[in-house]
Parts: sequence; C-alpha cells; structure tokens
Amino acid sequence: MSEVTELEKLIEERLRGRVPAKIVEDAKNVLKKYTLTREELEKILEMIVEEYENNIIDPGEPVGTVAAQSIGEPSTQMTLRTFHYAGVRELNVTLGLPRLIELVDARKTPSTPLMYVYLDEEHKYDREKAAAIAREIELTRIENVTLRVDVDIFNNAVIIELDPEMLADKGLTIEDVKKVLEKLRTKKARVVISERNPNEIVIQFEEGIDPSKIEKLRDRILKMKIKGIKGINKVIIQRRGDEYVLVCEGSNLAEVMKVKGVDYRKVRTNNIKEVEEVLGIEAARALLIEEIMSVLEEQGLDVDIRHVMLVADMMTRTGTVKQIGRHGVAGEKPSVLARAAFEVTVKQLVDAASRGEVDELQGVAESVIVGGYIPVGTGRIKLVYNPYLKESSFQ
Amino acid sequence: MPTKKDLSKILEHELVPKHEVVSLEEGIEVLRKYGVRPEQLPWIKASDPVVRAIGARPGDIIKIVRKSPTGGEIVVYRYVVPG
Repeated sequence: MSEVTELEKLIEERLRGRVPAKIVEDAKNVLKKYTLTREELEKILEMIVEEYENNIIDPGEPVGTVAAQSIGEPSTQMTLRTFHYAGVRELNVTLGLPRLIELVDARKTPSTPLMYVYLDEEHKYDREKAAAIAREIELTRIENVTLRVDVDIFNNAVIIELDPEMLADKGLTIEDVKKVLEKLRTKKARVVISERNPNEIVIQFEEGIDPSKIEKLRDRILKMKIKGIKGINKVIIQRRGDEYVLVCEGSNLAEVMKVKGVDYRKVRTNNIKEVEEVLGIEAARALLIEEIMSVLEEQGLDVDIRHVMLVADMMTRTGTVKQIGRHGVAGEKPSVLARAAFEVTVKQLVDAASRGEVDELQGVAESVIVGGYIPVGTGRIKLVYNPYLKESSFQ
Repeated sequence: MPTKKDLSKILEHELVPKHEVVSLEEGIEVLRKYGVRPEQLPWIKASDPVVRAIGARPGDIIKIVRKSPTGGEIVVYRYVVPG
C-alpha cells in the first residue's frame, strides 16, 4: 500500500501544476498497474511533461480559423433533413444542420423546445408517482378534456360536455373544471353541473349573449387553463435504466424547478437563452457545448470538443449569449474593414464613414485587404535591433 | 422575480460550475498572471442569477472552476460588469 502512495506522491510532485489535473489522475491510474523502478518512472513522467508541452498550442496559432474549418467542413456533410424521430416515438426534435444553425444564431426559442425532467429519490422508481408529477406539470386546458361546446342563444347559456376518460387520464374531477369556469369574468353567470347529464356543465348568463361574440367567447372558454405549467404542452414518461424520466414538449425551466418531486439539480432544457436567464452565463456555455457536440455526434461527425469550446467561449464572452453572425461576434469586431468583408458591406462602410471610424489594421481580414502581413504565427512577432543596448543592462 | 431560495437552488444545478468572488489581492495576482486589464477578462453581468446568488458586485472578479472533459478541473475568471 505504501508503494502506491509513494508512487502517487512522486507523480503529484513531478506533474502537478505542469500538466492539467486530468493527466495527473490518468497517470496515477495507469502507472499503478505496473511495477517500475524509480528511474523508469522518472523517465516516464519526464516524457509525459515533454509530450504535453509539445502539444500545447503555440502563440500566434490561428485557433479561431482552425475551429471554424473543423466545424464547418463536417457540417457540410450533414443531412439536410429537418425532422427526425429520435428515441421517443411521439416527439420530434430538430436535429442536424438546422439545429446547429439555430444554436450558433443564438435564437430566443428553439424550433422544438424540449425538457428532460429528472425526479427525486422518492418519485423516480415508481411509475404512478412519476405520472402524478407529469399530470401536475402538463398544461391542461378546457379544450383538452372537452367533447363539445354548444352555445344556446335562446337560453343565454353555454353547455360544455366533458370527456370522462380524459378527465380521469389527467387526474381531474368535474368539480375542478367547474371551479375553473367560475373564474370566467365576462358577465354575470352561474356555473352549474347539468342535471340531465353528469358530464355536462352549463354556464347560465344573466344577460343575453352578443351573437357576434360567440366565437370569441367559445375560444376563451376552451383556452382556459385548468392546471399545469405554461409552456409544457405534452409530457411523456420514459424509462431510463431503473428510473423514470419525464420528457416534455415545450420548456419552462424556472417553473419546473419549483415543482415538488422534481430533481431540480438535473432538470434539462434545450433552450440556451432560457438557461442563461435562469441559471446564468456559465450554465449557458456548458449547455451550448453539450448541444453542439450532441448534434455533431448524432450525425456521426467526429469534431474535437475544444473547437466547440472556443466557439462557446466567444459566444458567451460579454456575459450574454451572442450569435456568431453579423449581429454578434462578427458584427462587433473593432475593425471596419473586417466587418465589411463579412456581410452587408455597403451598410458597414456607410455607417463607419458617418461615425468617422478609424481602422487600426490590427486584425487578419483588414491586413489581407490592404496587402499587409497578417498577425498570425510568425507575423505576430516583431524583432527590433537596438545597437545601443548594452549586455550589462540585461538582468 | 426569483426569490432568495430559488437563487440558492440554481447553485446546485449540475450545469452551474462553482463560482466565487476572489479577494482584491488574488484579483491583482490573476491580472498580473495573464497580463490583462480587468475588462479584458470575459465578462459576467451583475444581473446574472449566479452573481446575484453569491452576492458579487460590478468590479469584482469571479473565479469559476469548470469541470472540463479535456483538462479535468480548469479555473477561469470573469469580470462582473453592470447590466
């Protein structure tokens, strides 16, 4: 046992601070398996450090260009098919190139918002308990439990026939629906359960119903919320290993995190902007990387995660998620010529002229335009010979 | 408007890495190490939920310990800006 700790101590001493933490841990785990002499071990550790240092990005390396190419080339090979049925039969999810564009454009809402709701210890192993939470968060409107709505103009009444099967499925009673309907604040009205049919609710108005507003009234009644969370349109219970997970069509992170029985540490949404608002910029960055990687991996494209990390870092640099295009990263470059070289050239030039902008010609694009050296690699450094500087002045 | 309790909840979410305000001395040390002015660090808004949860204010530097798939744990810094 002491040998192992001895080994760990040596690795710790030689590697810590010189290579990333993960390599230190990996080295410990691998080297534990072999019996090595101290000299062999020292040599190996030395080689690890050397290999790591050889692989570090050099100063002046155009990492952004490399990242752009490394993501751009594989994405030309992505299928253009927008919809795909991934895993869940009933749900469709935007994948592939449209989803990738959506992510780098930092859209407010994704075209198919989705949430994965994990449950806490008490609820996640029991289908019944999971279903109870699913019912609680799924948005249920009057229209979801109604068979038909009739307007009786002669008696100034609206008759709503409910579907008992749907009521049972959503875990509601006719009384619940009645209570919701009582909140309808248009005109004075009485809400009663019909005597002829126990599934019928009659709203008896005291004044006459304006015939031109019948359609509007009908729609208002049908759209009334009985229970659930705004935005969560459909909930599917999915089994993953030994636990149940709720997959929701639609997304409302802030509200779902408040629901009892939900593991608020693990709730996921695919809406980056929403995560930024609720969980902050760092969480948005992490989710952005995860989402881009999963789009690429799903298409069978092998892109190094570091390229994606760089993209996410640039998008989140100013504290909000910015898109890559002309309204974001590319549009906020300090150089006029670099912006004009990207998109909307004339507009950029006219605006810059009216503001009296000056181009310092420090970047790559503008240097190419004027035929200068680009500040990349060896072009980034300058050597100046000062014949008057004496050797004694170096310390 | 999220309550205090909601704000402390988000710190436990698995997407949120550990954030902490660094002391003045440590902040100066960070800036010297990277050779930058504070506004050259990546920014984080004062209205960011995590910033409000840990009670940081504009001008502070926040140390963030990310779990990285390539480097294990990596430390980055963000500068709190008004907004």
